[in-house]
Amino acid sequence: MGAPAQSLRMAWDVPYGSLYLRLDALSAFFLVPIFLICALAALYGTEYLEAYRERKSLASAWFFLNLLAASMTVVVLASNAVLFLVAWETMSLSSFFLVTFENEKESTRRAGWTYLVASHIGATFLLVLFVLLGKSNGSLDFDCFSRVSGAGGLFLLALAGFGTKAGFVPLHVWLPEAHPAAPSHVSAVMSAVMIKTGIYGLLRVLTFLGPMQAWWGWTLCVIGLSSGVLGVLLALAQHDLKRLLAYHSVENIGIIALGIGVGIVGLSLGEPFVAVAGFAGAMLHVLNHALFKALLFLDAGNIAHTTHTREIDRLGGLLARMPGTGVTFLVGAAAISGLPPLNGFISEFLIYLASFKGAVSSGAFGSAPMLAALSGLALIGGLAVACFTKAFGIVFLGQPRSERAEHAREAGFAMVAPGLVLAAGCVLIGLSGAGVIRSMAPLISSVTRLQSSLIGFDLAEAANSVEHVAGFGVFLIAVAALLALARTKVLARRPVSTAPTWDCGYASPSSRMQYTASSFAQPLTASFRMLLQTREVLSGMEATFPRRAGFHSHTDDPYQRYLFQPIVKSVERVTAFLRPLQQGGVQLYVLYIVVSLLAVLLWEIA
Amino acid sequence: MISGSVVPLIVALAGAPLMQGVIIRTKSVIAGRTGQPLMQPYRDLWKLLHKGAVYSQTTSWIFRIGPVVGLASLLLALALMPFGGFPALSAFSGDVILLAYLMALGRFLTVLAALDTGSSFEGMGASREVTFSALAEPALFLSLAALARETGRISIGPLLTAVSWSVWAHAAPMLGLTLAALVIVFLAENARIPVDDPATHLELTMIHEVMVLDHGGPDFAMIQYGATLKMWLFATIIVAVAAPWHSGNRWIDTAIGLAGMLILAIATGVIESSMARLRLLRVPQLLLVAIVLSALAVAL
Repeated sequence: MGAPAQSLRMAWDVPYGSLYLRLDALSAFFLVPIFLICALAALYGTEYLEAYRERKSLASAWFFLNLLAASMTVVVLASNAVLFLVAWETMSLSSFFLVTFENEKESTRRAGWTYLVASHIGATFLLVLFVLLGKSNGSLDFDCFSRVSGAGGLFLLALAGFGTKAGFVPLHVWLPEAHPAAPSHVSAVMSAVMIKTGIYGLLRVLTFLGPMQAWWGWTLCVIGLSSGVLGVLLALAQHDLKRLLAYHSVENIGIIALGIGVGIVGLSLGEPFVAVAGFAGAMLHVLNHALFKALLFLDAGNIAHTTHTREIDRLGGLLARMPGTGVTFLVGAAAISGLPPLNGFISEFLIYLASFKGAVSSGAFGSAPMLAALSGLALIGGLAVACFTKAFGIVFLGQPRSERAEHAREAGFAMVAPGLVLAAGCVLIGLSGAGVIRSMAPLISSVTRLQSSLIGFDLAEAANSVEHVAGFGVFLIAVAALLALARTKVLARRPVSTAPTWDCGYASPSSRMQYTASSFAQPLTASFRMLLQTREVLSGMEATFPRRAGFHSHTDDPYQRYLFQPIVKSVERVTAFLRPLQQGGVQLYVLYIVVSLLAVLLWEIA
Repeated sequence: MISGSVVPLIVALAGAPLMQGVIIRTKSVIAGRTGQPLMQPYRDLWKLLHKGAVYSQTTSWIFRIGPVVGLASLLLALALMPFGGFPALSAFSGDVILLAYLMALGRFLTVLAALDTGSSFEGMGASREVTFSALAEPALFLSLAALARETGRISIGPLLTAVSWSVWAHAAPMLGLTLAALVIVFLAENARIPVDDPATHLELTMIHEVMVLDHGGPDFAMIQYGATLKMWLFATIIVAVAAPWHSGNRWIDTAIGLAGMLILAIATGVIESSMARLRLLRVPQLLLVAIVLSALAVAL
């Protein structure tokens, strides 16, 4: 990443546009996950899509996947606003067609429309942002954006536009709809890398806006905390495995925003270490989240592929039936919960470290966002452990809860191998994070504009701590291995037998008597019911001896329900009077054409 | 990486089960019974280590690695703790974060091992464990942040060593609030009354004990030993904050530290004898109190 930026410029007939690509440290960093995840997803898709061969044309699925990969590449390379917006739009549209791959399902079509509307509302903000930037600079090339008026307003536009793509609360509502609806390898690409283009865009725009102001950092901290906490809480309340993972993307985007926010506050406080560690943590988390989220979505795809259900409470006991998927899912679950010695811990550690330093060295006012970040991260971490013990424990452990789970089979090589590669990546970054952090200097420098000697010094300090963490990781593995060995030695000469699980003397426990995911999460969803508004329906408990009883709980997205639905409803009401114009009668449309032609003619004459 | 002294680790490994023994003995005395010998926890561990093992048919390798990783993560966490006048075995900037997350790793696998049995009792315990620990985590971090702000250190060893009577002299309200929050976290994380009753007989009401219902023999020994180590770890933090004597002589300080641990164990026994367990629905409120106390401490 230390190499000088390379650029390629070609003429383009579009007004104000130029085919101007520029590869600098920031672009290069985002290209790594884009290429890696897209390649692995494509490998995975070869086997995953076979099941649809009879029913569907796979050509469009492959076409749009390639188009999505290409457009994401152009998005992070583009150095001209027109080119950027064209690539951005191509990215949104190609992913829209991928989301609606199974368009025979009504829920998929609805998810697709939600996604399409949301991405275009987001794109509108970006259009305004770039027009404003272009107006004050006379060019739409990124390297001409030097004069900026009203940086705060531009920051808010970028926040809304890129935040919609990234999935900041409350602009995330499309995310839990669209990601689960897509085929699993597409969910992986979307959740792991596509939403990161929102983070990339935000960082790129920050480099245009001149000195960063403290309130930007505060805003990002608030957004990060609410996305993080709400994302993980909503994930906890889900019954659908892919929907749960999609909400975790909201949570992790929140952690990234929190890191950037802490970094900006650090810059404005004049605390270089806080800034450097905050930004480094946020960016490393971009890469880390790409690895483990892609891994988890691909594994969720393996499960759906063989069991034909994503309902967590219908699964169970899959670890014995799908060992490869199980092990990799466990690695992904531990990594996303931020547990040592895996990669998720390293990036969260950096953000924690930045907040601790900031809390220690600044006054009461400056330390407030730092302390909020600390306690928020701690809460998010605890809830993530709860959520992923639920996801892994109920899906992979215990006994199968349904016929389908009972007959689950491990997926083939092309669907397991990508997971193994990603899991290895999680372990590798977990144990060698210090090297990655040291190499991030040019990246941090391009965003923070701090002196490179200062950045090098602070990164070295952070890397030193991370080296210790890695050392502890190695020791942890060694001590655990020694203890396991000692136990094997000790048990070698003693009777070791198996028996049914202890159920207080009841000797034939059945799989239906196991704890369910909903029950597992209930204490937490009940504690946070103010935020979640879970609806519970208990039926059939009427007579003295009730025969059939049922329980059903459902957690809607509160923002969808209480914020966006009312807005959409009122827009619908206001625009209802336009409806008579669109009736589907060809004669009427011919009339419109004639009338407008006449109008144009008359206007020309006059 | 290794820079300090092994003494704190050795003292912890040797003394942790005794703390358990003192608590049980205190409770017996208050209840008017003679009670078990102080050394009984050691004998129990010895007995368990010499047994065979019975594994549930439902379980997989997750169940086997649960106790191993749980104990290993606590051993490494203890390497970060100082004791008396002796510095921790290892210390680096930000190790407080690692400390908390090592315990989270142990909890993650203990909970998975519980779910591996497919027993609804163990699922219930696991569910409560993750709920209460998720709420205890912010309180722990805020308390540590309060201490870090006061001492200017973000490494647990130097941080605890930096607390002294002169800090108490000018920041007594802050330290008092932190201490109160830490005591609540100590009781919650170690499954003591008023959060959990380690002596209860009904699986339905347990938290920690019910999670490990299916473990036996050496596995159970590792879990029990790990539980005493975890208690020792939290107690070390509390004693270091509450009784920060620095006489200059390491051995005298260690003796003072041990006396502090003894007093804390007796106090825990008294708390356990003098109050009932809270209803499970009330426990989140208690943890919220801890969060509020620590937030106040950090704001002071």
